[in-house]
Amino acid sequence: MSFLELKNITKRYGPLTAVGDVSLSVEKGEFVSLLGPSGCGKTTTLQMIAGFVEPSAGTIRLDGRDITRAKANSRGLGIVFQSYALFPHMTVFDNVSFGLEMQRVPKGERKPRVEEALSLVHLSPYAKRYPRELSGGQRQRVALARALVIRPPVLLLDEPLSNLDAKLREAMQFELREIQRKVGTTTVMVTHDQAEAFSISDRVVVMEAGRITQIDQPYRIYEHPETEFISRFVGKTNLLPGKVVTATGAGATVSLAGIAVPVETPGLSVGETVTLCIRPEKLHLAAPAGGLLTGRVADRFFLGSQWLYHIDGPLGTLMVVTPNDGSTPAEQGAPVGLEWSPSVVRVHRGAMAEAPDVALEVTG
Amino acid sequence: MSATLPDAAPASPGEETPERRFPTAPLFLSGPAALLFAALVLTPLFLTALLSFNQFDYATGRTGGFTLEHYLAVVTDEYYLEIFLRTFRISALATAICVVIGVPEAYILSRMSNPWRSIFLLVILAPLLVSVVVRAFGWSMLLGPEGPVNGALIALGIGRMKLLYSEGTVVVALVHVMLPFMVIPVWTSLQKLDPAVEQAALSFGASRATAIVRVVAPQVLPGILSGSLIVFGLSASAFAIPGLLGGRRLKMVATVVYDQYLSDLNWPMGAAVAVILLAANLIIMLTYHRMVEGHYRRRLG
Repeated sequence: MSFLELKNITKRYGPLTAVGDVSLSVEKGEFVSLLGPSGCGKTTTLQMIAGFVEPSAGTIRLDGRDITRAKANSRGLGIVFQSYALFPHMTVFDNVSFGLEMQRVPKGERKPRVEEALSLVHLSPYAKRYPRELSGGQRQRVALARALVIRPPVLLLDEPLSNLDAKLREAMQFELREIQRKVGTTTVMVTHDQAEAFSISDRVVVMEAGRITQIDQPYRIYEHPETEFISRFVGKTNLLPGKVVTATGAGATVSLAGIAVPVETPGLSVGETVTLCIRPEKLHLAAPAGGLLTGRVADRFFLGSQWLYHIDGPLGTLMVVTPNDGSTPAEQGAPVGLEWSPSVVRVHRGAMAEAPDVALEVTG
Repeated sequence: MSATLPDAAPASPGEETPERRFPTAPLFLSGPAALLFAALVLTPLFLTALLSFNQFDYATGRTGGFTLEHYLAVVTDEYYLEIFLRTFRISALATAICVVIGVPEAYILSRMSNPWRSIFLLVILAPLLVSVVVRAFGWSMLLGPEGPVNGALIALGIGRMKLLYSEGTVVVALVHVMLPFMVIPVWTSLQKLDPAVEQAALSFGASRATAIVRVVAPQVLPGILSGSLIVFGLSASAFAIPGLLGGRRLKMVATVVYDQYLSDLNWPMGAAVAVILLAANLIIMLTYHRMVEGHYRRRLG
C-alpha cells in the first residue's frame, strides 16, 4: 500500500468541476509533480491534500489513515506556499520555530532543530533577520526550512519557484532536489513549468481540465506523450495530420500530403486518420536532395547551445532544433533536406485538434 | 547603472544648470492645497492661540493685552483638571471598546464573501450618513426615562434606571459614532494580508485562535493603530455627543470651550482651553504612535 493515496478525488464548485475523479498513489520518499496549465485543477488537488479545500467526493489516505475530512491543522504536513507566506512580523528563526512551538516541542529541543533546518538551506547567518530584509531566493529557503523542520510525513510545494528569476530558479531546482533526497521526505509539487517538473521529479502527473491524463516518469512523458495535448504542452512539437495507407503487424506507412512516412506503431488500420508528432530535436538537417523531405529555411533563431530553424516544406512549417556544434549553420532561404528515424515518430489516433493554444485555458 | 556608462557619470557642467534653477513646478502643484490649509486651518489656529493670551475684562467684556492667567487658571483649577481627565478617560475607554468590537468585526467582514461583504460594509458605513446630532437624539430617546430601554427594565422588574447624562452613556454613544473609523483602517490592512499566511499558520498545527492572535493580529497592528488614533482624537474633541447626552453636569473639554465662548463670553479662556486640548491630544497621540509603531517598524516596514 502506498504512503499517500488519493482515490477518486473530486471537487465541484456548483456546476463547475474543478477536479474530477483524480486517483494517485505516491510512494514513501517519492518526489511527484502535478503538471498542467493554469486552471487544470492541480492547485485545488494540492489544497485538498493540505486540507484547505474539502473534496466533494473521494478519499485521501496518508500512511493508511483516512485524512479526507481531517482539519488542516491536524494533518501535520509541511507546505511551501507560492507566495511563501512567511510571517512578516517574526524573524527567520521564529518563522522556522513556529511549527515546532505549535507541536509543543520543548524549548531546549527547538533551537538545535531550527539551526539544523537553517543550515540545510544555507541560511544560518540570517536567523535574526526579518523576511522583508531577505531576497526572494532567501525567503524561498526560509519557507522550505519552515516546512521541513516539523519533519512532515509529506512535503507539499505549491509553485515553489515561480516567483524567482530564471537563473535562480534553475539553481533552486537542483538544490530543492538535493535537499529532498537528503531528507527523504515524500514530496508533492505543483507546477506549470515542465522543465521544473522534469528535472526534479521521480514521476510527473499531467493534468488537463481537472483530470489526470498521464502519470509517468519525466522522460517517458516527453518521449511517449499519450495525448496530443500532452505532446503540445510538454516541450515543442511538430504535429502533422495524415492517413494510414499501409499497415503491417509491426508498423505502418502514413501519407502526409502525399508523402509516405514509415512509423513503428503497431495496430493501426488502413484508412485511419492519425496525427504524427515529431519533436524538433529529432529532425535532422541533411543535403537538399537527401532525406525524407526537402524544404527551405524560412527563419533561424540562435538559442546559444542550439539553433532553432523554421523549415518551409510540403508539410507546412516544421520546427527543427539542432545542437550548436560550432559548425556554420544553414543560411536563411537555403534549401535543406530533412530526415528522421521512424522510431522517433509518435502516432496519435484521430484528427488534429483545432486550437493548439494551451495557454487559453480558464484560470481557477 | 551609471557604472556601465562611465562617460555619463561625471555629467557635463551644462547639465547641472536646470537643477540649480529654482524649481517652480512643485510650488505650483502644492500651492492650492497649501493655500487652503493655511487659510482654513493655520490662520484660525494661530488666531485662537493669540486670543488665548489676551486679558479679559469681566465688567466690560473687552479683550486685549497679554497674560498667562488663563493657562494658569486651567492648570491649577481642579475643576478643569477633572474635565480634562474625564475627557481622556472617556476617549480612552471609547477607543478601547472600538478596538475590542471593531477589530473582530473587520476580520469577520474580510472573511465574508460577496454579496454579504458589500451589504455589511454598507451597514457599517450607513451611520456616517446620519448627522451626529440626530444620532445623539436617537440615543437620548432610547435611554430616556420613558424610553424603550427603561420600559424593558421596568417590565423585567429591574426598575427604572438613570441612564442619560452619565459617562457610560457618552461612551456608548461615542463607540457607536466612532466604530466605522476603527473598522475601515483595520479592514484595509486585512485586505493587504496574504491569505496564505493564515493558512501557513494552520498547516503548522496552530488552532484558528492561535493563528489569529499570533499571525493575523500583529500584521494588522498598523491598521489598529491608525484606527485608535482617529477614534481617540475625534472622541477627545467630540462636542455633540457629550453636549446632548452628558447634560449640564457631565462636561467634556469641547463643551467647556463652548460654554466659555457662548455662556461666559470669556473668549480668551475658551481659546486657552482649546489650545491645551490640542496640545494634550497631540502629545498623547504622538506618544502612543511612537510606542506602537516603533515596535513594529523594522518588521513590517
